[in-house]
Amino acid sequence: MNLMANLIPAAAEIFLLVMVCFILIADLMLTKSSKIVTYMLVQLTLLGCSLITVGTHQPGVVYAFHNMYVDDLMSDVLKMLSYLGMSMVLIYSRQYLMLRGLFTGEFMVLALFALLGMNVMISANHFLTLYLGLELLSLSMYAMVALQRDSAIATEAAMKYFVLGALASGLLLYGMSMLYGATGTLELGAMSDAIKHGVHNKSLLAFGLVFIVSGLSFKLGVVPFHMWVPDVYHGAPTAVTMLIGSVPKLAAFAFVMRILVEGLQPLVQDWSGMLIILAISSMALGNLSAIAQTNIKRMFAYSTITHMGFLLLGVISGGIEGYGASMFYAVVYMLMSLGAFGMIMLLSRAGFEADTLDDFKGLNQRSPWLAFMMMLLMLSMAGIPPTVGFYAKFSLLNSIIQTGHTWLAIVAVLFSLIGAFYYLRVIKLMYFDAPESHAPISVGSDTGLLISINGLGMLFLGLMPGALMSVCAVSVQQSLLLH
Amino acid sequence: MIFGLPVISVTIWLPIVFGILVLATGDDKNAPLARILALVGSVLGFLVTLPLYSGFDITTSNMQFVELHDWITRFNIHYNLGVDGISMLFILLNSFFTVIVVLAGWKVIEKRVAQYMAAFLVMSGIVNGVFAAMDAILFYVFWEAMLIPMFIIIGVWGGPNRIYATMKFFLYTLLGSLLMLVALIYLYNLTGGSFAIIDFHLVAIPMSAQILIFIAFFFAFAVKVPMFPVHTWLPDAHVEAPTGGSVVLAALMLKVGAYGFLRFSMPITPDASHKLAGVMIGLSLIAIVYIGLVALMQSDMKKLVAYSSISHMGFVTLGLFIFNAYGMEGALLQMLSHGFVAGALFLCIGVLYDRMHSRQIADYGGVVNKMPVFAAFFMLFAMANSGLPGTSAFVGEFMVVMGAIKVNFWYAFAAATTLIFGAAYTLWMYKRVIFGAVTNHHVSELTDLNAREVLIMTILAVCVLGMGLYPLPFSDILHASVNDLLVHVAHSKLPL
Repeated sequence: MNLMANLIPAAAEIFLLVMVCFILIADLMLTKSSKIVTYMLVQLTLLGCSLITVGTHQPGVVYAFHNMYVDDLMSDVLKMLSYLGMSMVLIYSRQYLMLRGLFTGEFMVLALFALLGMNVMISANHFLTLYLGLELLSLSMYAMVALQRDSAIATEAAMKYFVLGALASGLLLYGMSMLYGATGTLELGAMSDAIKHGVHNKSLLAFGLVFIVSGLSFKLGVVPFHMWVPDVYHGAPTAVTMLIGSVPKLAAFAFVMRILVEGLQPLVQDWSGMLIILAISSMALGNLSAIAQTNIKRMFAYSTITHMGFLLLGVISGGIEGYGASMFYAVVYMLMSLGAFGMIMLLSRAGFEADTLDDFKGLNQRSPWLAFMMMLLMLSMAGIPPTVGFYAKFSLLNSIIQTGHTWLAIVAVLFSLIGAFYYLRVIKLMYFDAPESHAPISVGSDTGLLISINGLGMLFLGLMPGALMSVCAVSVQQSLLLH
Repeated sequence: MIFGLPVISVTIWLPIVFGILVLATGDDKNAPLARILALVGSVLGFLVTLPLYSGFDITTSNMQFVELHDWITRFNIHYNLGVDGISMLFILLNSFFTVIVVLAGWKVIEKRVAQYMAAFLVMSGIVNGVFAAMDAILFYVFWEAMLIPMFIIIGVWGGPNRIYATMKFFLYTLLGSLLMLVALIYLYNLTGGSFAIIDFHLVAIPMSAQILIFIAFFFAFAVKVPMFPVHTWLPDAHVEAPTGGSVVLAALMLKVGAYGFLRFSMPITPDASHKLAGVMIGLSLIAIVYIGLVALMQSDMKKLVAYSSISHMGFVTLGLFIFNAYGMEGALLQMLSHGFVAGALFLCIGVLYDRMHSRQIADYGGVVNKMPVFAAFFMLFAMANSGLPGTSAFVGEFMVVMGAIKVNFWYAFAAATTLIFGAAYTLWMYKRVIFGAVTNHHVSELTDLNAREVLIMTILAVCVLGMGLYPLPFSDILHASVNDLLVHVAHSKLPL
């Protein structure tokens, strides 16, 4: 009974792990031409995971494995969204990978391992569990970036990613050990209590916090710990860039929530000051550098930096309202970047990467529908109503104005004005310029349908944002208030 | 109610639905179908606005035809629509001009016809939404959504320098809008969680906050009006936009800015409005006099009319910020009239441009010899632009000058110079284009207006003259709302 009580909150992850191992072995039996079976198995696994997550949902906050693991509404919602995101990544990238000979069991198994890592992070209630999940995610990512063995640029990106990622992990671990030294515990709730009751060695605590925030910033990719982002986004195969740039943002959000809000809530004054600097410098550098890019993947890399800086605003506000807004932002960002990278892959052909801005020239003449979808995605990224990106920005701005940081809101909107420029430039290229190539765009029925849903979803969610907003707000509320 | 549907929603969504239908006709093979569908949509769009006029109660300043539904309950945002005397006429004007624009682009636009027509129909619905929204976020959504079709229209069908112009247009207006968004959210928190514009009108605000809010609104609205010194996007946008785009810019885009002052700045921050009225009047007078002089120097017809628009909009902001009934009603009438006159002038220039592909005044001369009918219409609109009594422009300008003289003689004096400058730049342009000897051999090959163009010009001429000779139906609608607004603005909203 006790064992079952422990297993049920983690049932989805256990199922995922079992399936990954199964697929790993099953894939060995399949010939190169029948990898589609692996693909279907992976999709089925994701479906199964989501059924289990829904099926094992319990009201309230449930702890397992001696409080190392937690199952609450926020984790369930984030997990469901990450299954959705992962499934979309695979659908978008199937054709792209096939054309490049990367449609292999390794890719899909690594993707599932990454997903497992993310879900462990999302459900972690202990620094060690968090670290475990993070490393599982990161190691899978390193390998995926390097999957294209004969590409020098991908190898370089993987190397950079690995070295900097390892450094960040080191920083995190070092910070954790200091916090452990100061508080005597690694469990998030207990740590929060310990700090509340007073800690003898204040400087140890402060140093620990600084290391933790630096490590977090590395993983989020916010300035000044952003150096790896553009190179990795640029160098990795687009399918992998899409994976790195979308679903893990949910996990990163959970990571920030778990550590800063659940574990280090009493130090909110200290870390929110640091986050303000990180957020402003990310918005500034990200937006300004994005303008100068000619490669669209690099441009999106800088735009990610900006978006992560923006996401931090909600955390800075330090209230439930703000956390809900940040979660909404993370979800919306995931959907936007899935669509944007999906579009890059749709326009790519065998032996041709549509990864420069010029490849988008005259898209409206080649395919009005795709151009329209891309326009919706870009407007959403720029935060222009009636697309959903506006509400993501709106709810964040609301949360920081509510807590009296109106000046920060003004800074944020001024930077998003700069940001609007380079998103508009994409629209300009698609609509106002003449196409450079007239090569037909071959869109599979699955990807075509998905990009349509994704693009129109931006508009639909923009007209009816209430439901998703409430889901995010309620799940944060129920998960964090009960402590 | 129209067929059981609420009137205002229909005026917003019917053009948008038709816009999507037009878009669905696809590429230029189906251009005739797209044109017809667009015409049907725009005419229907205009017809459904008529109940707003016929059912309007001129005795009340309350919102009419109100629709109220929950939209985003988490932030207490409602789908809240309504019109009063200030906004109702603009919805009519907008829907009316959509028909004109569709007709004006009938033959001229040859590439991507469906997208062109669809952009205008969608924009028509969105602009109606701006005028009817009674919830600040709903307003904001329409307000910014309006930029998207205009961005595309200028960028795709505009002149040679269109990309610079459209980027400038978008980013300029976005800057103002974003600051307004911050102000709206600030007000939301001040009212304790309501985005209803009516609640914003009632909440007490300390002076320092009022001034900041006023400045945020100022950026949003002044850019759109446009007021000196944030007017520089307008000549670029106008010159590069296709004729239809120029018409909509002049007739409607500029009006939403002034409307914003009336709906937001003045009632929400009355104390700051009074305190900063001097600045606003100063900027308005600069626009009237200085921009009038700038217009005199233009060699490009469209630029000339664009500068003249800025100068005329200076009248509008002057009328608003002298805080009396003459000024405010004059300003509103001036807005309507300027819609007709500037729209008509841009159409006239469009007629010439379609034939000659030049907007340079120097390329013309002696057009009257080849296009007598056109010359007659152009004469009427040019006269109206210089404020000739009997045309619509005279009513508004006269009332604003009357209002100004009550406040300060020199305001009125400076404003009245526009009657001289306006006549000078418009008529001088007219003389150089229409009269004189034919020097350019292309002019000698010009053909006069065709039936479609005559129809458009006649409709506009009737409007300009009708409003000039008998403005009562228009001013009657404004009375109640204007008086109510003036009473409201006279009350201090500082917390006690």
